[in-house]
This record gives sequence, structure tokens and C-alpha cells, in this order.
Amino acid sequence: MNAAAARRGAAAWPAALLWLALAAPPLRGALEASMSTHMLLQMPLLAASGFAAVRALAPPRRARALELAGGCVPPVLAAMLAASYWMLPRALDAALADGAAELAKFVTLPLLVGAPLALAWERLGAVGRGFVWTNLASMLAVTGWLYLAAPVRLCNAYLASGQHEAGAWMVRLAAAILLGWLAGLLVGTPAQRGEAPAGAGAAPTGCAPARRRSPRSPAGTPRAPSGIRATRPDSRA
Amino acid sequence: MTRALGASLLVVLAALAVFTWGTDGWSAFTGETARRERVLRHPRPLPAAVLEDQDGRPFELSDYRGRSLAVEFIYTRCPSVCRSLGTAFRQIRDAVAPQRLERDFALLSISFDAEHDDVPALAAWAAAHGADGRHWRVARVRDPARLAPLLDAFGVVVIADGLGGYEHNAAIHLLDRDGRLARIDDIEAPRSFLARAGLQQ
Repeated sequence: MNAAAARRGAAAWPAALLWLALAAPPLRGALEASMSTHMLLQMPLLAASGFAAVRALAPPRRARALELAGGCVPPVLAAMLAASYWMLPRALDAALADGAAELAKFVTLPLLVGAPLALAWERLGAVGRGFVWTNLASMLAVTGWLYLAAPVRLCNAYLASGQHEAGAWMVRLAAAILLGWLAGLLVGTPAQRGEAPAGAGAAPTGCAPARRRSPRSPAGTPRAPSGIRATRPDSRA
Repeated sequence: MTRALGASLLVVLAALAVFTWGTDGWSAFTGETARRERVLRHPRPLPAAVLEDQDGRPFELSDYRGRSLAVEFIYTRCPSVCRSLGTAFRQIRDAVAPQRLERDFALLSISFDAEHDDVPALAAWAAAHGADGRHWRVARVRDPARLAPLLDAFGVVVIADGLGGYEHNAAIHLLDRDGRLARIDDIEAPRSFLARAGLQQ
């Protein structure tokens, strides 16, 4: 990504397109037909649409929003808590049986999980990212184990076999996330490790210090102070 | 720092409120528990529907007004869970005093498999499980279009298992003397159903 694009942020249309595709009846029905795809494909993709939408905002706007939100801790908390709500079997059943709950799912997963994570993500340090990954893995492992071990069906809308399958996938995913995170710690680049680059400015609470960007430089000619690159540390991602 | 603390506190409080609301005060984490608690708090009137029993006799749920009625949902080809349902109903029938069965308590098994369960299929199932057609009737909904609203009112969700059968949230439903769905108990525990419904001898 070049500097101008980095300042502008990514394009917004992929996020909107993803959300619309997920909401359209064919894909919605297909993904909700099984518990595994409902929880492990549709829900993460809904969150991803919110994440992508925020990444489409210009970086100064994101920085302002993050400051308004009180730094990195409140958005990460919100994302974790909102995500854990949609792991409740009751929430899953409600989304299928009740149009209002389904609408709430389509609004809160992008807005309360994906968007706040995107606001905080690039400013999170190693500890912050580690918290997100390990917390996600433990949430998945515990819920997955519960779905595997429960002697009864927990969702009226899904078969017992589907519940076990979803549970097994959640446990596998949790293991993969943990392994990936550990691998990133051991062999990753500094950005993957979430380390703050040198030359850091003042950081919002809970965020890793990051370099300041000069505001509103003319397009294509970033007026970066000497020694500081104009691209975001993770603009490759 | 103050803003971070305030916002975090706000997030946690909002999440607490939503979780408390969404689980009825941290008690109902599944849709099934929620259904049972809702019915217990607010007994629910049921829609009218003409049923047809194993002898082909038409009747309605409202015919049971003045008595309490235990209702279960079945399909006659069910290999596993309905067998235990049938056993539970037989245990209940055998445990209730005969004079109460005459006077103020009855059992009803309703099939949700409109396609396969005709009157002869119901009769065969009734004979296999010991349903006498008097104190314990086995029935189907005569007009298939009336089935879905009835299941909805009970909160029963039936899903095809892909092998020609169904899975459903099997339970013992108790209708009170006013014909309202008043409590829902585990099919595995007919004894506690008897105790809670005050039917033990």
C-alpha cells in the first residue's frame, strides 16, 4: 500500500459488500443451516465486515475515535464481551427464531466486535494482542468443550451431531489460534509481535506508543518528520 | 486515564446489564431453559386445533378444561427419544391414582409427523406403548396447517435429522385446568414431574 492510500485508509466497499452478502437470504440460510458455519463462519465474517469498515476510515479519524473511546482498553473489552454473548446457545437459538435477535446479531457483531477491535488493533502492543488472542482462544475452548461434553442438545434449532461438530471445531480453532500466536511471538516480525516501533509519541491509555503522523499533508507528499516512515507499521496486513 | 477507566466501567456495566437481561438473571443460558421459565412465570393459552386420536375420534384441547393434561410430542417412527417419552408417560400413568385419572388428569401424545402418522400408525404406537385411548390418547392434528401454530405456541422446535427422522426438544408439558400451558418438565424425570404437579399418590 502506498503512502497516500495509507492515509486515506482502505476502500469501504468490500466491507459493505461482505455485510450485504452475509445478510442476503441465500448465504444467510446456507451459513445458518449448521451450527459450525453459523458460529465459526457467519459470525466471524460479520465481525470482519465491521473491522474492514473501520480500516476504511482515514487514520486521523480512527485516532480521534480511539481517543474518544478512552484508549485501547474499552474497545477491546467491548469486543470480547459482545463476542462472548453470541456464543451463548440461547443467543444462537434466538437469532434463528426471532427476527429482532437476528437483526441485533447483524448489527452488534460488526459494530461492537469488529469495529472496536479495528480501532484498537494497530495500536495494541504485544501484551494487548496477546490478551485478545489468548482470550479468544480460551473463550472458544471453553464453549467448544461445553458443546462437546453436554449430554443434551443446547440449541433447539440444531441437531446433537451438529452441536458436537461445532464443539470440536471450536476446540481445534482455539488450539490453532494459540499455536499461531505463539509462533508469531517466537518467529514473527516486530509488527507481528505487536512491538511498538521506535520514535514513539504519546499513546492513549492501554495502547502501545506509536509514531505521530503529520496531519493533513498534501496528497502524495507525506511530510513525515525525518527518521519516521509514513506508512503504518502493519500496512502489509 | 480517567476517560479510559470511565469508558471501561461503562462497557462492563452495559455488558452486565445485557447478559443479565439476556439470560433472565443468569438463570437461562439455553433457549429450552428460557422456554420453561417463561411458561412457569406466564402460563400460556394455546390455539384451537382439531385433533384426531388413535381411534379416529375428533376432539380439541379445550375438551380437557377442568382437568389437567400432560402433553408430549412424538412421531411414531422415532427410534430413540420417543421411546423414552413413551416410557415416561407410561410411568406417569401407572403412578397416578386411578380415581384421579377418572376425574381430573389425563395424558395426550401428539404426533408432529403429519405425513406419516395416520390413524392406523397412531393406533399401532398406542398399542405398543400401552396408551388406552381413554386416560392416555395418542393423536394427530387433523388439519396439517394447524400443526405449526400449535407447535409454536408450545415452543416445540422440530428439525429433520437428515436420516428420515426428527430431533425435537422433547419434554412433558402440563396444561392446567384452564387449558393453559403451565409448566414444562424433563422427559427423563417423570417422578419429579409427578411431584411438582401434585399427582403423586
